[in-house]
Amino acid sequence: MSSGHIVKSFDEELEEVRNTIVEMGGLAESQLEAAVRSLTERNTELALKTIEADKAVDELELSVDNMSIRLLALRNPVADDLRLVISALKIASLLERVADYAANISKRVIALNLAPSLAPISSIPRMGEMVRRMIDDTLKAYTNGDSDLAFDVWKRDQEVDQLYNSMFRELLTFMMEDPRSITSCTHLIFMAKNIERIGDHMTNIAEIIIYQVTGELPKDPRPKGDKTSVTMIENEKP
Amino acid sequence: MPIQAEENVENRSNAEHGVIISTRDVNVYYGDNHALHGVSLDINKHQVTSLIGPSGCGKSTYLRCLNRMNDTVDSCRVTGEILLDGVDIYGPSVDEVLLRARVGMVFQKPNPFPKSIYDNVAYGPRIHGLADNKDDLDEIVLTSLEKAGLIKEVQDRLHSSGTGLSGGQQQRLCIARALAVRPDIILMDEPCSALDPIATAKVEELIDELKENYTIIIVTHSMQQAARISQRTAFFHLGEIVETGDTEKLFTSPTDKRTQGYITGRFG
Repeated sequence: MSSGHIVKSFDEELEEVRNTIVEMGGLAESQLEAAVRSLTERNTELALKTIEADKAVDELELSVDNMSIRLLALRNPVADDLRLVISALKIASLLERVADYAANISKRVIALNLAPSLAPISSIPRMGEMVRRMIDDTLKAYTNGDSDLAFDVWKRDQEVDQLYNSMFRELLTFMMEDPRSITSCTHLIFMAKNIERIGDHMTNIAEIIIYQVTGELPKDPRPKGDKTSVTMIENEKP
Repeated sequence: MPIQAEENVENRSNAEHGVIISTRDVNVYYGDNHALHGVSLDINKHQVTSLIGPSGCGKSTYLRCLNRMNDTVDSCRVTGEILLDGVDIYGPSVDEVLLRARVGMVFQKPNPFPKSIYDNVAYGPRIHGLADNKDDLDEIVLTSLEKAGLIKEVQDRLHSSGTGLSGGQQQRLCIARALAVRPDIILMDEPCSALDPIATAKVEELIDELKENYTIIIVTHSMQQAARISQRTAFFHLGEIVETGDTEKLFTSPTDKRTQGYITGRFG
């Protein structure tokens, strides 16, 4: 922000909204990290903690909503102030979803841990780390008002989609070879899908940041790489 | 109404939202004080254009150039080009009385004459000889009061004093008075700053209706008002135009840092 408002309490209120968004993002990031770690470590306790932590993000979303409504009603923000408030409302709702996905991964970890480890999980930590870095950079872009970094995140989602596509195929093949792994593999596919969705949400947030900083949305069509909805493996084809 | 003895028909702009007033490089001096620096702005027909900016930025000075109200200030000198439908309003053949009928004005404080409501509205048409007889004049007065959204409130007391009305009613009476001389353009200099929110809303609703048939240029200190009622907004600062644009764009994504600073309340 260039210089402060004449009314200083207005600045303080906007700053509080920004800080809450960053706090939410930090929590969402660490929840994704913990969810993936609970999978690799087969750590049910950590998974339970991660599910519990979702509530904190829900509460923060509520407080961003309340602060934003108050700002809109009492301050009548315009220009970059208006864009900040509208963006905060949208970003908070997306981050809340991210934390939900992390909680869902954790629930599936608990289920997986009840059975012996059969399925290959190796791609999930890779995807998880890739998306965690997207969250991290999205938050940096938000904090610094860096639309270039936001644009970089926006483009990066395609890599996640590609990894998800190959993992999807790998798990389908695995299930065909060993039907005993179907339950575990299905959980893993949903986990991968959750991580892929988190990546999509970072793309959305990156778009919102670009709008907030520049006043315009990115002009290129959004990069899309998730092809699993049309994927068949060879010997299933007629 | 032509402002010259001979109307220059070719220069008339008929296109909807075409430019009705075109100003180029307008400078205004009050004695040695250079108040307006090379202002260029086009005003679209049948739209509301807001002029915003901090006190002393030149927006009222600019507004008063458009019907040569500045002529009444001795030390005031205006240079540059101000074309109304292609005719230079500072040209030698222009009759400023006719000009001011075509470009009407409403001021910050409602200023009805200490006369009856009827006579307030009938004043202009009488001076300009717009009515041939009493029936004509009645018609003009009633139509103007109706257009100004005041008729229902005053039809039973047309002959009581205009100064006995409430502030909001007085302002709408002044608008009716301006409409009675059949202007094309109405200049408004902070018309709602002395009114309460209800009276303000009525004037704003009126402005919205009037833009069907009139071009309105309004100076306002209320950014929310500019945002609510105008299609185009020009931001003045230190005697210059900093930014002109569609109101929606100017209030969501202004181009210039100074505009952003002013409308968001960061101006030092």
